[in-house]
Amino acid sequence: MMVLRESIIMKIHYGTALGALFLTVIHIMMRLTQDFHESLEYENVIANYESVGYAILLELLLILISVHGFNGLRVILLEMNQGPTYEKLVTIGCLAGMAALIAYGSRTIIMTNMGML
Amino acid sequence: MATIHPKLSDELSQTVVSSTKSVKIKIKRSNPNVNSEQKFDDFVVPIEKWTTVLDVLLDVKSHLDHSVGVRYSCRQASCGSCGMKINGKPGLACFTKISELDSDTVTVEPMDNYPVVRDLAVNMDRMINNHKKVMPYVIREDSEIDAESGIREFLQSPENVEKYIQFSSCIKCGLCNSACPTMAMDKTFVGPQALAQAYRYIADDRDKGKNKRLKVIDESHGIWRCHFAGSCSQVCPKGVDPAMGIQLLRGYLLGIRD
Repeated sequence: MMVLRESIIMKIHYGTALGALFLTVIHIMMRLTQDFHESLEYENVIANYESVGYAILLELLLILISVHGFNGLRVILLEMNQGPTYEKLVTIGCLAGMAALIAYGSRTIIMTNMGML
Repeated sequence: MATIHPKLSDELSQTVVSSTKSVKIKIKRSNPNVNSEQKFDDFVVPIEKWTTVLDVLLDVKSHLDHSVGVRYSCRQASCGSCGMKINGKPGLACFTKISELDSDTVTVEPMDNYPVVRDLAVNMDRMINNHKKVMPYVIREDSEIDAESGIREFLQSPENVEKYIQFSSCIKCGLCNSACPTMAMDKTFVGPQALAQAYRYIADDRDKGKNKRLKVIDESHGIWRCHFAGSCSQVCPKGVDPAMGIQLLRGYLLGIRD
């Protein structure tokens, strides 16, 4: 298994935080294009997903938040306990969790975008 | 019940005592080699306005209980031997005056985050090992002693000295590691003392071992586990700021410092 140096992982951690913050601001500002309660109505939410540009934004947001969140969880778990086996399990578990969340979220975005939901 | 110092007891009232003040000192007692029992023993000791916590402890050892375990040496905040928790805060016993604690009762305990040897003495192996790991010496290929030209100097400008000089004041007392919340949680964390010393040598322009040291601290229980609580800098008796050193080191690893 290829092991990244901790500084590279932390650069990714900080980068994904900044990226997610930027995209979240855009996501929230998009709510301002119409009344807030209106923007949360079912048809409007589906319309967002069906727009390719917005679907890409949501997909990027999903990836950035998943990577940042699961790395944060890994850091917390590594501080709670130590040991080579435990650390390997935590790393693999967090990578698997991250991949599963991205896969499930991507499935939702793609299927909604294609009108399958 | 507190054991009273002979100078304060009625039976020895003929003893010349210049002080009218006294302090109750509560000493945490334990000996893990014998059993897991932990208790506080109380002693009442006369004090002057210049009396330090170490003076009180040595008074207790001399007159009331010889068995109190305490490590000390220089008595002038140079050796870093007498680190302990004084009224809940890590400090040097020889550098903490009773008068500045503003309390009639002083509680002393061994430093946190170190295994106790006996009473107030702790095992500092973890700190010393981490200190050695960061190679706390100038690394370079050549030497100040040259076979051909004799002895030469590696000159350094005052500006360069300024970059690391405060970090060279570290006396390895271990108070910073004792105050560090990450040290309490993560048994393999390298700790603020070693990280500050890594910065001290990396920032020294005579040193050529930057990459070696950065490799040592750039691992899963290295520099990135610091949460910047800042308690290490708060308790340092020599005015070293390990928290700042750690942030400056991160600059090297993030590529925003050369």
